[in-house]
Amino acid sequence: MQTQTLALDRLEQPGARQWPRYVLTGLAILIISVFLLLPLATVLIEAFSEGWDLYVQAINDRYTWEAIKLTLLVATVVVPLNTVFGIAAAWMIARFRFRGRGVLTTLIDLPFSISPVIAGLIFVLVFGTHGWFGSWFAEHGFPIIFAAPGIILATLFITVPFVARELIPLMQEQGSEEEEAAIALGAGSWTMFRKITLPKIKWGLLYGIILCNARAMGEFGAVSVVSGHIRGKTNTLPLHVEILYNEYNFTAAFAVASLLAGLAILTLILKSLVEWQQARSLERATQ
Amino acid sequence: MKRSFSILPGFRLASGITLFYLSLLVLIPLCALVWKTTELSPGELFATLTNGRVLASFRVSILTALAAAFINLFLGFVIAWVLVRYPMPMKRLFDAVIDLPFALPTAVAGIVLAALYAPDGWIGSFFTELGIRIAYTPLGIVVALIFIGLPFVVRTVEPVLQDLDRQLEEAAQSLGATPWTIFRRVLFPPLIPALLTGFALAFARGLGEYGSVIFIAGNMPMVSEIVPLLIITKLEQYDYAGATAIGLMMLVVAFIMLLVINMLQAWTRKRTGKL
Repeated sequence: MQTQTLALDRLEQPGARQWPRYVLTGLAILIISVFLLLPLATVLIEAFSEGWDLYVQAINDRYTWEAIKLTLLVATVVVPLNTVFGIAAAWMIARFRFRGRGVLTTLIDLPFSISPVIAGLIFVLVFGTHGWFGSWFAEHGFPIIFAAPGIILATLFITVPFVARELIPLMQEQGSEEEEAAIALGAGSWTMFRKITLPKIKWGLLYGIILCNARAMGEFGAVSVVSGHIRGKTNTLPLHVEILYNEYNFTAAFAVASLLAGLAILTLILKSLVEWQQARSLERATQ
Repeated sequence: MKRSFSILPGFRLASGITLFYLSLLVLIPLCALVWKTTELSPGELFATLTNGRVLASFRVSILTALAAAFINLFLGFVIAWVLVRYPMPMKRLFDAVIDLPFALPTAVAGIVLAALYAPDGWIGSFFTELGIRIAYTPLGIVVALIFIGLPFVVRTVEPVLQDLDRQLEEAAQSLGATPWTIFRRVLFPPLIPALLTGFALAFARGLGEYGSVIFIAGNMPMVSEIVPLLIITKLEQYDYAGATAIGLMMLVVAFIMLLVINMLQAWTRKRTGKL
């Protein structure tokens, strides 16, 4: 890579053809700054625009705490379930050949291309008051729509692909020789999974979990349809941001939004770290 | 389920979990959508979908998603090109922040873009002086969809660009081709499938996007009302049949886009052996 760049540089006459490079680099920095960095900075600037005290006051509100709790609850249910599903689906698709494999892969990808609003709508149709099973659940004291279970279901649907999609190509690329060797040498399935499979996929798995978590905590459209927006009860953090904003309580809206922006920044940092680790372990493997 | 023989364990368990989970969470709810639509007579379905407000919302959604995906094609290409080809200060930071739209909750993106592009916002006030209103018009929707779709183009073009054979360019250069000719005849053709994939991904995402759009759109029926919002409006008015019919229409479009994207990705793989 390095030597190729040098060779190309030598071919170019100095000066004459340098300008496209500077113009394009400047343009790229401008695009990233205006479209990505500026919005991120604005969240923080708006959040603190009325000073630290008002910021703390907005965060330290009863309804904000309820929203934080619900958001954490949703993530603690959704992320482990989708992780188990992702590992199972990847094991099935990447390690075995069977009819319908392509259809299954497409089905796993489907929630990515469906509008979040549709994701909410389908659960209203199944569990809403006019839905298939809605009245049964409601009668037995376990309402799903306009309650936490509906929010969890809609979020589960939206984040189904994250872990599976990360693992399938990774495991396909790695091949199954080592696992077959372990089995042939008499290892049990659990030992094989723990000692061979898991160490090989751990970075990809972590990567999928990080992205799944970010989406689970930040999902808005799907959750908005099934939540009913009951303050202190069915309000997640993103929904709370919407309510505050629509009440023209902008500073509080941005203060709560800054928590979610912090989550996004943390996600990006973790993601970069995992990518870096992944590249390193790949390098070590090829050496 | 039929499968060829393998000594690896766990097929039954893995397929059991996978199929059970997918049926419960994805298949049955989606069937509910189709089932509910069949409760409408074909005439009612036709009347719902050809209603003026519904058609207008489809026009708004499709046109703004197309415009944003098209703009992202250029913005994304420039960023991918610079990230792959040129040294740059703070490259790690710029590279990491590309994925911000994936990581930032859409509601946060929505309110912050509305604040920036509102007539009295930092960017909005600049455009107001030029006589252009961005927030609360369809232009605002395009801005939000540019934000949401940008990483799709960058991340699909980047790996293909990385794998391009530099020797072809050097050969073209030593044979006397101008930089523009090299770009047009050597660099661009192998990038076409990846660019189209990025375009399709950004477009598909833009069509269904809700959170980042509704705060900046103004949501005027017939003018700046997107399809997902109309579905929610119908649900709030207890017009379940109407919401379901529009939802099914969007589902069909999503299926078509998924097929197109799968085909484009297969094409990219064939051309480059990557992705």
